[in-house]
Amino acid sequence: MIFYIGSFALVLTGLYIAAAKKNLIKIIMGLSLVDTGVNLFLISIGYIKGGTAPIFSNAAIPGKTMVDPVPQAMVLTAIVIGLAVTALALSLVIKAYYHYGTLNVRKIKELKW
Amino acid sequence: MRKLVSIILLGALAFGLVQAVKKIPFGVQKTKVGKYYVERGIEDTGSSNIVTSVVLNYRGFDTLGEVTILFAGAIALGAVLFTGKKRIEREVYPASPILSTACKFLFPLILLFGAYIFIHGHLTPGGGFQGGAIAASALLLIFLGCPGRKTDGRKTRLMESLGGIIFVLAGLLGLAYGGFFLFNFLPKGTVNNLFSAGIIPVLYIVIGFKVASEIAGILDNLFGETE
Repeated sequence: MIFYIGSFALVLTGLYIAAAKKNLIKIIMGLSLVDTGVNLFLISIGYIKGGTAPIFSNAAIPGKTMVDPVPQAMVLTAIVIGLAVTALALSLVIKAYYHYGTLNVRKIKELKW
Repeated sequence: MRKLVSIILLGALAFGLVQAVKKIPFGVQKTKVGKYYVERGIEDTGSSNIVTSVVLNYRGFDTLGEVTILFAGAIALGAVLFTGKKRIEREVYPASPILSTACKFLFPLILLFGAYIFIHGHLTPGGGFQGGAIAASALLLIFLGCPGRKTDGRKTRLMESLGGIIFVLAGLLGLAYGGFFLFNFLPKGTVNNLFSAGIIPVLYIVIGFKVASEIAGILDNLFGETE
């Protein structure tokens, strides 16, 4: 249960940072936090009480006590895509900095809300 | 004002999330497909790491899409940053003795560790993506610690493209041998041996090289953008 609470705390903190902070790089950090929270949530959905990693390197561990491998494989995908998205967002921030001369969202007219 | 509005909105969102998550039990088996993979994974794929067999065998096509997204992200980053011909000149400070020494001594060791992670992807925790990221962190150390030594952009791009081509070729060979894309046409061997699980280690080694060169390309682009 604590995993659910923690993952939603991460998601909500990230969304708050993305909505309230002024610096563009901090906003991207908030979005990565949301990403991490969603990954933690997916992993904790696949958790089984007392379960171990789904790897058969030790023959003494039976398959019944292993956690669900599907969310783990999905999170592997999600982490890689999160990396690509973060890198692309940072490159856009670099370009925005050269164009506007500032990273403050309040001072960029097109990004005001 | 803005902060208040966002807090109220997030409170509403949190309420909705709690209502939704209350219905999901914690710590019990939920999917039938996960149980099937754990029970039959070794028989079907020969890989003792079930996550690897899901990523590269049951859902291998999905992984091809994932690799493509990483590729598209790297290409888009290059397209955004390289709009002109002139490189922006920055002042470069020499790294501290700790960093430059670490860069010389640790670079091969980190590369070796990354290679170990992606070669043993079907036996131990880890795999191509993780090992590739570790190898790329060795290249990041080079970028930070030894500014004179650089990765050759053309070679990393070549490695990246070769990785993608070998992945697709392995899939097409499977199509020719077994009738569907990414069919495991190599012998499965004994479980828990290095040479087991058919094409899974081959694909993970290819993915490791591809991810490492892709992240190195991203770093190269971020370090030296044009005007």
